[in-house]
Amino acid sequence: MMHFEFDIEGGDFSKAGFASSQLKRILKQLVTDHKVVKKTVVALYEAEVNVVAHAYSGKVIIDIDTDKIQIKVNDKGPGIEDIEQAMEEGYSTASEQVREMGFGAGMGLANIKNNSDEFNITSEVGVGTQLEIIAYLEII
Amino acid sequence: MKINEIVNIIGGKVICGEAMLDTEVNKGFASDLMSDVLTLDTDDVMLITGLANLQAIRTAEMSDISCVVIARKKKVSNEMKKLAEDCNIVLIECCGSVFKTAGKLYQAGIKPVF
Repeated sequence: MMHFEFDIEGGDFSKAGFASSQLKRILKQLVTDHKVVKKTVVALYEAEVNVVAHAYSGKVIIDIDTDKIQIKVNDKGPGIEDIEQAMEEGYSTASEQVREMGFGAGMGLANIKNNSDEFNITSEVGVGTQLEIIAYLEII
Repeated sequence: MKINEIVNIIGGKVICGEAMLDTEVNKGFASDLMSDVLTLDTDDVMLITGLANLQAIRTAEMSDISCVVIARKKKVSNEMKKLAEDCNIVLIECCGSVFKTAGKLYQAGIKPVF
């Protein structure tokens, strides 16, 4: 069992992807199926971008076990009023600055879900949003 | 197609990754929207983009993209170069538009992802 934590700063696009990059380096040593590595780091990267784009700060908590990778991304931020609507492809509340970074087209949450074996999201308006991303590993 | 052939076809300038110019790449994707790039589950793909920022390189890193062409005369920053070097990504600057660059490579045999 391995445990890692990373902090994310809202608005700081230069560091968006740092946790995903570290996770990729770790998973490449542990997981042989590169498709599992790719989908997991893509899911985390989109989640990191979401925190940078929308929240004030966030924390990434990663637990790697022999049978699964569990990632939690908890942020302090405005929260999401209507999660179902936010999950729809094309729905976005992103700023012009976020769009200039190559994101903000309303693909993020759907993309995270598509790249997770299990995906859970909870949110409280004015408090923050919590994501859980799980990828199952084939035990060799 | 080897990356050095790609560089010749588009008249590009290699910014970093010279040691990997013999690597084969056979498919291409052109986008300024990184979320679209991140939906691809294809391997062996290069990216053509006009988005000259760190997120273009991070996206390539996460998507296992080994060659990124920054088109439309955009300039690669030192931070982008350093990140691409760390991630073993060949980074190429190119004066043509994304449309022209993609068209030349399509004509030369680079396949679309879909």
